[in-house]
Amino acid sequence: MRPLTDEETKTMFEKLSKYIGENIKLLVDRPDGTYCFRLHNDRVYYVSERMLKLATNVARDKLVSLGTCFGKFTKTQKFRLHITALDYLAPYAKYKVWVKSGSEQSFLYGNHVLKSGLGRITENTTQYQGVIVYSMADVPLGFGVAAKSTQECRKLDPMQIVVFHQADVGEYIRHEDTLT
Amino acid sequence: MGRKLDPLKKVPRGPGRKSRKQPGAEKELCKILSDGDSEVKRLSSRSRKRAAKRRQVEEKKVKLSKPEAKQNGNAQAVQKGKKKLSGFSDENAEWLKPVKRARKDSDDDEEEDEDFSDQKMDSGDEKPIKLVDDEDDDEESGNDEPAEELELSDSDDDLQDDFGASSEDEDDDGGDLLPIEKAAEKQKKKSKREKEIEDEEDIQLNVDGDEHFTLPTAEEMEQELSTHLDLTSVQERIKDIVAVLQDFAKRGGQHTRKEYITVLRRDLATYYSYGDYMIEMLSDLFPVSELVDFLESCEVQRPVTIRTNTLKTRRRDLAQSLINRGVNLDPLGKWSKTGLVIYDSSVPIGATPEYLAGHYMLQGASSLLPVIALAPQENERVMDMCCAPGGKTSYMAQLMKNTGVVVANDMNTERLRSVVGNLHRLGVTNCIICNYDGRKLSEVLGGFDRVLLDAPCSGTGIISKDPSVKTNKNAQDIQRCAHIQKELILSAIDSLDAQSTSGGFLVYCTCSITVEENECVVDYALNKRNVKLVPTGLDFGTEGFVKYKERRFHQSLRLARRFYPHKHNMDGFFIAKLRKFSNKIPSSKEEESEADQTEQIDPEKKEAGQKGASSKPATQELKKKQKAHPAKPGQKAPPAKPGQKAPPAKPGQKAPPAKPGQKASPAKPGQKAPPAKPGQKAPPAKPGQKAPPAKPGQKALPAKPGQKASPAKPGQKASPAKPGQKAPSAKPGQKASPPIPGKKDPMAKHGQIVFPAKPGKKPPAKPGQKPPPKPWQKASPAKPGNKAPLTKPWQKASPAKPGQKMPPAKPELSVLKTEEWENLVDEKKQKMFMKKKKLLLKKKKEKKKSK
Repeated sequence: MRPLTDEETKTMFEKLSKYIGENIKLLVDRPDGTYCFRLHNDRVYYVSERMLKLATNVARDKLVSLGTCFGKFTKTQKFRLHITALDYLAPYAKYKVWVKSGSEQSFLYGNHVLKSGLGRITENTTQYQGVIVYSMADVPLGFGVAAKSTQECRKLDPMQIVVFHQADVGEYIRHEDTLT
Repeated sequence: MGRKLDPLKKVPRGPGRKSRKQPGAEKELCKILSDGDSEVKRLSSRSRKRAAKRRQVEEKKVKLSKPEAKQNGNAQAVQKGKKKLSGFSDENAEWLKPVKRARKDSDDDEEEDEDFSDQKMDSGDEKPIKLVDDEDDDEESGNDEPAEELELSDSDDDLQDDFGASSEDEDDDGGDLLPIEKAAEKQKKKSKREKEIEDEEDIQLNVDGDEHFTLPTAEEMEQELSTHLDLTSVQERIKDIVAVLQDFAKRGGQHTRKEYITVLRRDLATYYSYGDYMIEMLSDLFPVSELVDFLESCEVQRPVTIRTNTLKTRRRDLAQSLINRGVNLDPLGKWSKTGLVIYDSSVPIGATPEYLAGHYMLQGASSLLPVIALAPQENERVMDMCCAPGGKTSYMAQLMKNTGVVVANDMNTERLRSVVGNLHRLGVTNCIICNYDGRKLSEVLGGFDRVLLDAPCSGTGIISKDPSVKTNKNAQDIQRCAHIQKELILSAIDSLDAQSTSGGFLVYCTCSITVEENECVVDYALNKRNVKLVPTGLDFGTEGFVKYKERRFHQSLRLARRFYPHKHNMDGFFIAKLRKFSNKIPSSKEEESEADQTEQIDPEKKEAGQKGASSKPATQELKKKQKAHPAKPGQKAPPAKPGQKAPPAKPGQKAPPAKPGQKASPAKPGQKAPPAKPGQKAPPAKPGQKAPPAKPGQKALPAKPGQKASPAKPGQKASPAKPGQKAPSAKPGQKASPPIPGKKDPMAKHGQIVFPAKPGKKPPAKPGQKPPPKPWQKASPAKPGNKAPLTKPWQKASPAKPGQKMPPAKPELSVLKTEEWENLVDEKKQKMFMKKKKLLLKKKKEKKKSK
C-alpha cells in the first residue's frame, strides 16, 4: 500500500474528470475528514485517514481491500474505473442518462444503451462524454460514454447506440472475482 | 401489480374478517338449511308475533290430526315430511340415520326424553305433557314416522330438540308396543349405551396398551430394516412412543424408559435419515416431544428474508419497488426495522436491479440477531472476525452509518471475494478487509470497542439449509470445531479494549446448537479471561444451558440466547454477549490446580524422555560439577540424581549442572526452607500455584532465576511465600543465599531444600518429579512461549499464559524473566567463551613453544 505517484495521480484524475469534471475537488477536500487515495495491488482505494492508520498494521499480503476501490491500473499503466466507484461518481456526475425500465435489464447484462431504451439525457452532452446511467427511478446503474451528442440523439434510429457500456452494477455478480 | 404494502401498518394475518365470523354460524346455518326453515329470523317483531300465533294454531291442528295419522298412516304427514326433510323417507329410514355427531350433541335431550317416558311408564299416562313433550306422546302412540315428521315441522322452535328426538325415534321402528315392552326396550337401550361407552373406554385402554406392545424387539427392528421399510409405520411408532414417554408413569408398561428411547432414536434416525451421533446429540438437547418438532422443522426451509440497506434506501421504498416487481413480502417482525420476509417472487430475488444497486442484502433472520446484540455505535472501532460473506459486516457498518472503522477478517481468501463484492455493492466505505487467521489476529490488531465472532461451526442449526450435516458430523468434528472456537474466542477477547468508553463487548455466535460449541466455549472464556456475560438485548430466544449432562456452567450463561427453528422459525442459532472488564489476563486458582495436575504428569514424561536422550550430557555435566563442587557428589546419592540427569539434558547447558550442584549442596546447608525451587516445581503445584496468582504480574517464577542466578530476588520473595507454608524461616536464608552465590550455589541450596521438602510431602515420586522441574525451568521459558500463541499476554503478564497452557508449575519456573534468562545464558556463554579463549591461548602458547 502506497500513495500514488504523480503520474498515476494524473492518469487517474484525468479519467475521473471525464465523469465528474472539476467535482474531483470535492472528493479530495472533504469537510468530514481527510481522505486520500492509496495504491494496493495495482488497485486504487479511497480511504479516510483514520482507517488508513489502522490499515497500516495489516501486512501487505493479508490486506484484501480497504475503503472503496476506485479502479485499477492496467499493466500498461492505464487507469480503469471499476463499478465500485459508482457510489462516488453518481452524486457528482455532470452528465446523466436515464434508461427506460424496459431496457434497464439489458444494460445490467452488459449491453450498450440503445436509442429505444433512452429515457432522458442531460442537455448539451457532447459526444464521447463520460455519463452516468440511471434507471428511471433515479437509481444509478453504471456508467458509460455517450456515443452521440444530445442533438444527434434526437434524430437517431431507435436501434442505434446512444451510450457505450463501460461498467454496470451487474458486474457485482458477473465479475465478483475480479473486483479486487 | 401487487397490493400496496405499508410496512408500518400491521397487516392482519390468517383468515379474513368474514371467515373469522363464520365458524360459529356455520353449524347453525347447516342445520337451518337442512331444516329448510330459516325465515323466522328474518321476520320483524310483529310478524314474529303473528308467526307465533300461527304456530299455535298449527300445533292444535296437529294434535287433532294425530289420531288420523295413527289410523291412516297419515299420508299427508308423510308428504309433508318428504317435502321438509330432504332425502329422508320411510324407504330409507332403515339405513339413513342422522349423523352420529348430532346424536351426541343431543344426548342430554334424549336423556330427558327417557326420563319423561319413564315417568309416563310409571304413571301409565299416555297423554301428552304439552308442547315440548308432543314427540314423546307420538312415540308412545306407536307411530314413529309421522311423529318424527311432526317434530320436524315444529323444529323452528328448537333445533336441537328435533335432533335428539328424531334420532331417538328412528331407533325403535317397532310397531305398537306395550308400555312394559317399551320400558324394556328403553332399558335395553340404556344398557346398550352404557356398554358402548364402556367399549369406547376399552378401546382407548387398548390403544394405550397397544403402544407398549408396539415396542418391537431388537430382532424385529433388524428384520424390519433388512426387509422393506415402511415409513408410515415408523412414523406411527414414533408418535406412539412419544406419547408413552410423555406419560411414562402410567403407560410405561414393563419396558424401561431407556428401551423406549433407544427404539425412538432408531426410528427417528431412519425416518428423518440422521446419523446416530446427531440423533443422540439432539435427544440430549431436547425433550422427546420437542425433538420431533425440531426434526420436523428441519425438513422445512426457513422463509427467505432480506435486510434493507439503510445506507442507500428506506424499507418502505424498498418494499414498494419490490412489490412493483411482483414480490410478495412482509415486514420481518417487531424486533427488526430493516428486515423483510419474502413469501414468493416472480423474479429472482438475488438479481433484481434493486439488489444490484445495493438496496438490500439477502440474509437469514437469525444472522441479524448477533449484530443487533452487538449494537455497534457510530465512530467505534469494530471487528468481525469471521466475516464471509459480509452480511453481518455490512449490517454493522449500516448501524454505524459508515463512520468509525469496521475490520472484516476471514481466513478463507476465496470467500473474501464475496465480502468485497457485497460491501462495495452495499456502499460500505468504512471497512478494512483482511485475511488473517482469526487466532492470530489479536497480535496484529487490537483495541477494538466491539468484536463480533461468528465462529466457524458444525452447522447443526442450519440442517434445513445443508442436510448433509445430518449424517456427516460426529463427535470428533464437533470437538474440532469447539477447539478452534475456543482459540478464536480468546483471541477475540484479547483484541478487545476493556477501557473503551462505550464498552468492550464481544458477541459470540454460532449457527450450531450443540452445547460443546456454545456454552462450553463461553464458559471456557469466562474462566480464562476477565469477561462476564451481559444480557444480549434480544427479548426472545430461549436461555442458554446452565447444566447439560454431566457439565455445569457458570450461572450467568442464562443470559445467552438460543434460537431454534421449531420455536422461532429461524435457523438454529446461539448468541452470547460478553463484556471485558479488565485487560489483564487472569490465572485463576482453578486453572492453577488443573495446571498442577497436568504438570505433574508432564514433568514425568519429560523426565523420562530426557533421561534417555540426555543421559550422556547429564553425566558429563555431573562430572563438571563434581569438579567444581567436590562436596556435592557425595550428596548426590539421594533421589536427586535422576532429577539431576534429566535437567541437564534439557538445558544441555550449564544450568543442569547447577541443579546437581544443588542437590549436593543440600547436604551442606541443611536448609530446608529455601526450597524455593521445590515450591515452584514439585510442591509448587500447591503452594507455588497459590502464591503466583497474587504475584502473577511480577512473574513470581523468579524462583528459577533466583535459583539459578540472583535475579531470583522477586522470585525468591514470591517463592518464600509458598515455602513459607512449609518452612518460612528457612526462606530468608534461601533468599539471601541465592542471589549471592554463583548460579550453581543457589541452585544447589534450592535443590537441597527442595528434596527434603518433597520427601516430607510426597516421598519418592516427587523427588523424581522435582528434578525434572529444574530442567523444566530452564527449558520452560522457551516452552511457554511456544505453547502460548499469544505473544502479547506474555509481554503483559507472563504468569497468565503459563497458567493457561502450561500448568502453574511451569509458569513459576518459566516465569523467569526473559532478561534474567538471557543473563544466565550470557554468563554461561561468557564462561564457555573464557574456556575457549583459555584453550586457544594454551594452543597458541604450545605452538609458540613448539616453534
